[in-house]
Amino acid sequence: MSAVPLGMPSFPDAAREATRNPTLRRNLRHATHTIRDRRAAAVAELDDWAELRAAGAAIKDRTLRHLDTYLEQAEAAVVAAGGHVHWAADAAEANRIVTDLVRATGETEVVKVKSMATQEIGLNEALAEAGITAYETDLAELIVQLGDDRPSHILVPAIHRNRTEIRDIFRDAMGEWGIPAPDGMSDDPRELAEAARLHLREKFLRAKVGVSGANFLVAETGTLVVVESEGNGRMCLTLPETLISVVGIEKVVPTWRDLEVFLQLLPRSSTAERMNPYTSTWTGVTDGDGPRAFHLVLLDNGRTSILADEVGRQTLRCIRCSACLNVCPVYERAGGHAYGSVYPGPIGAILTPQLRGTGSAVDASLPYASTLCGACYDVCPVAIDIPEVLVHLREKVTAQRGHVIERSALRAAAWAMRDPKRYTALQRAAAAGTRALHPRRLPLPGWGKAWTDTRDLPAVPKESFRTWWQRRDTSGGTK
Amino acid sequence: MTDSRARILGRIRTALAGTERTTPAPAEPIARDYRDSHTDTGLVELLAHNLADYRARVHHATETDLPDLIARLLGSRGAHTLVVPPGLPDGWLPTAAGLRAVRGTDLSAAELDAMSSVLTGCAVAVAETGTIVLDGGPGQGRRMLTLVPDHHICVVRTPDQVVASVPQALRRLDPRRPQTWISGPSATSDIELDRVEGVHGPRALDVVLLVPPGGA
Repeated sequence: MSAVPLGMPSFPDAAREATRNPTLRRNLRHATHTIRDRRAAAVAELDDWAELRAAGAAIKDRTLRHLDTYLEQAEAAVVAAGGHVHWAADAAEANRIVTDLVRATGETEVVKVKSMATQEIGLNEALAEAGITAYETDLAELIVQLGDDRPSHILVPAIHRNRTEIRDIFRDAMGEWGIPAPDGMSDDPRELAEAARLHLREKFLRAKVGVSGANFLVAETGTLVVVESEGNGRMCLTLPETLISVVGIEKVVPTWRDLEVFLQLLPRSSTAERMNPYTSTWTGVTDGDGPRAFHLVLLDNGRTSILADEVGRQTLRCIRCSACLNVCPVYERAGGHAYGSVYPGPIGAILTPQLRGTGSAVDASLPYASTLCGACYDVCPVAIDIPEVLVHLREKVTAQRGHVIERSALRAAAWAMRDPKRYTALQRAAAAGTRALHPRRLPLPGWGKAWTDTRDLPAVPKESFRTWWQRRDTSGGTK
Repeated sequence: MTDSRARILGRIRTALAGTERTTPAPAEPIARDYRDSHTDTGLVELLAHNLADYRARVHHATETDLPDLIARLLGSRGAHTLVVPPGLPDGWLPTAAGLRAVRGTDLSAAELDAMSSVLTGCAVAVAETGTIVLDGGPGQGRRMLTLVPDHHICVVRTPDQVVASVPQALRRLDPRRPQTWISGPSATSDIELDRVEGVHGPRALDVVLLVPPGGA
């Protein structure tokens, strides 16, 4: 996974900042509550939702248990259909492969379908370093790109922006990237969508290279599936001469038939629709229809280490629907940026520390960015037990790193206790020197104050147990 | 490249070393206790309802009425140029003066951008989700044809081309053919998570449910 954003504070620090921003909180509350009720209604239409969910989880689990077999099968099928397959062990390798492929076409710009995998590896930045401009074409990604912003939601990366903010971004920045926003554009979502249509159309029509991710990769046929709403995906997948798709290795599903489960689970969980407006499927290349060259880049970038953890493994079932974000009380208040990764919300709190490790302050704090209320598990269409993985990761964080103060205190205690004479001497010194100085109260600052203000510390005895015991023995006291 | 392939597959095998695996993989059963469909009757009505719910405009016609209906749909938008894919029945085309029907075989994306409307058939339609699926077969053409013009008229033969559910639709389709599943006109939920119609794909979608002679 790409590096932690520079200077990224831990989740509690970032969240504290975010919760002080009333516009952000209002935007998030409005959007998440709108989608919550609609998702529930879309799910309630299917009386076999529980069975679909169980099948979705079972298919993903079986796929993961045989991931090597299915990837080899997918590779063979894509190649047989005229595609090329590349394997990328990490972000740097994936970026290098894509950059080389674009360079080989002689082009210096690409159009992009929204893709979590390419965000995860920081592809746009890598392409920019190589002098290649990547145009994001999803409306929300466009808002983020034009606003020089970071995504804050898996499905709707600009969820933290309201219509007026979006209008201002379009008005100020569209001209720098291409066709400017129409004069007098209001903040009506229809007019904003129209501005995006005009701005991007000339880019679609001239683009020679498209870059995408994929929602599913069918092993038996080599078919890729992209699920979208706006038609920008269709533009990028069909108009360019060369198509490059970067796909996480966990996106593979065994059979064409398996799509019958996921094409029911995903749209209802994600945008609360019976079906999303457009789904594209393609297998290799087709004469006279769509790109003439197709490259599939299979991405590991930490996924195999998640696979190795038997509790954490279920994280790889995720189909990136974002239902867990929309119901999470922590996400609703903290917003997506506080998670310090392209994967925010409950799924991000388990996915990011597993992909990236827990070396940074933000990554070590992510397993704690939850109240363990379980709403995320209830809505997850592939039944990922996010609270279970959170608790598992908390154990790992504590075991591997420990709290710095706690660990050094324990180390000092171990040194003192290893030698009885040293222990006694230290204890006496401590008793004589400090017992009288112990405060009756521990005045903590900030929100700790609410606890300490009303509670006294237990009184410290005048002498230690050992001193008392020895004194009692030598004085020949009663037994 | 070859090295990374071996490395990733090796990591997967190491990661799964402690996991019990039955081989071959497909021998591990999946409990598919979900329904094959949620509706058995009234499929055409349900399709019409769900299409309209996502802002497609729905019409009914017999093959005889079809050219006139299409002429009216084009006329109401002031459309002058109509793209048609190879294999579309000639009898569907309106004969109105001033309308130019263009075979879309060789048009570039830029040329398609200058066209008012496109008329196609489909491979299958899904009643429960209000979805039409195009697979590049006769009367459907390349994917680009139904993407670049701003107005798409799609004819569905009822009841033959209508299935109830997603599982039934997948069984009818060949994964080797490039497919586009369309559920209403282009839309976005990107502004405040509220659905707005009309971004990059056709902003107007007319679906004609073709009634067989003598009624369905």
